[in-house]
Amino acid sequence: MSACTSKPEDKVTEMSQTVKHNSIEKNKQQLAGLDRRIVLATQSGLPVAAEPYRIIAEQLSIDTQLLMDRLEAMKADHRIRRIGVVPNHYKLGYTANGMSVWDVDDAFIDEAGAQLGRLDMVTHCYQRPRFPPEWTYNLFAMVHGHDRDEVQQKVSQIAELLGSRARKHDILFSTRILKKTGLRLKDKG
Amino acid sequence: MDALDRNIINTLQHDFPVCDRPFAVLAETLHSTEDELIARVQSMLDSGLLTRFGPMYNAVNMGGALSLCAMKVPEERFDEVAAQVNAFAEVAHNYQRDHEMNMWFVLATETQQELENTLVAIAHRTGVPVYNMPKQKEFFVGLHFKA
Repeated sequence: MSACTSKPEDKVTEMSQTVKHNSIEKNKQQLAGLDRRIVLATQSGLPVAAEPYRIIAEQLSIDTQLLMDRLEAMKADHRIRRIGVVPNHYKLGYTANGMSVWDVDDAFIDEAGAQLGRLDMVTHCYQRPRFPPEWTYNLFAMVHGHDRDEVQQKVSQIAELLGSRARKHDILFSTRILKKTGLRLKDKG
Repeated sequence: MDALDRNIINTLQHDFPVCDRPFAVLAETLHSTEDELIARVQSMLDSGLLTRFGPMYNAVNMGGALSLCAMKVPEERFDEVAAQVNAFAEVAHNYQRDHEMNMWFVLATETQQELENTLVAIAHRTGVPVYNMPKQKEFFVGLHFKA
């Protein structure tokens, strides 16, 4: 009893902080659960309709504004890259895709990556680990073109741009799509 | 595909607004109407010119794990190994490329541990070593495909 009566005010403060902390945690968990439901409801796409967000919100039995707020929050922290369309690049005539790989001095990788990313021929640009001696390339840039010649020309332009900062490079053309299902969260119910 | 279709593709590769009537908002900048834009997007999805319409989620930022993996598969075993690799649900894409390193696939899992387990399982199942090449840094990419 003495512990309870000796510093009643502190105890109350401590308790209210615990309650407050618990409610923040609970709120976070609820948001994470809601976000997961939103991902599951939208990962295969949005309805093509005048009010796409209202339709999804109704499916989830939540307010449309709440759905829009959560989508904006996921855009802000980059869980969503963007909302929009993905064209079939083959149907747009970009039938050749070459994964260009570069052996760039680690000291220059940020500069080289930033330069490559700015080129409108490059759709992805990443630094990845080397596996010497069989694999010494550390910078990957996906280059698309209407045919292999165009991809090769673009890669030559990149080689010129990088100059001596790239010790060597190669292009890996895709010859066959073996699988393409995209990324899916499993619905754990 | 006409000028409006191209305009829609080029605009919507960048951003689709989050608001009550997004197509109505877009209609102003694209000098079209809400109904026309909805019909165009639907028709381009139906014809396969567009493969997706909606949010693009970033698996890693969602707390999941993603990696590009490569294998040097002996030519005579290529189709067999492709079938073995593709049988794993964690394999999202898989491409054949003309290089000694001839099979390139993307693994996507909800946790890093699952990713590592899958790598081991694939190497074990196929008998071919797997080179794990997760991105260490992503560089900003500006434009997408110009239609």
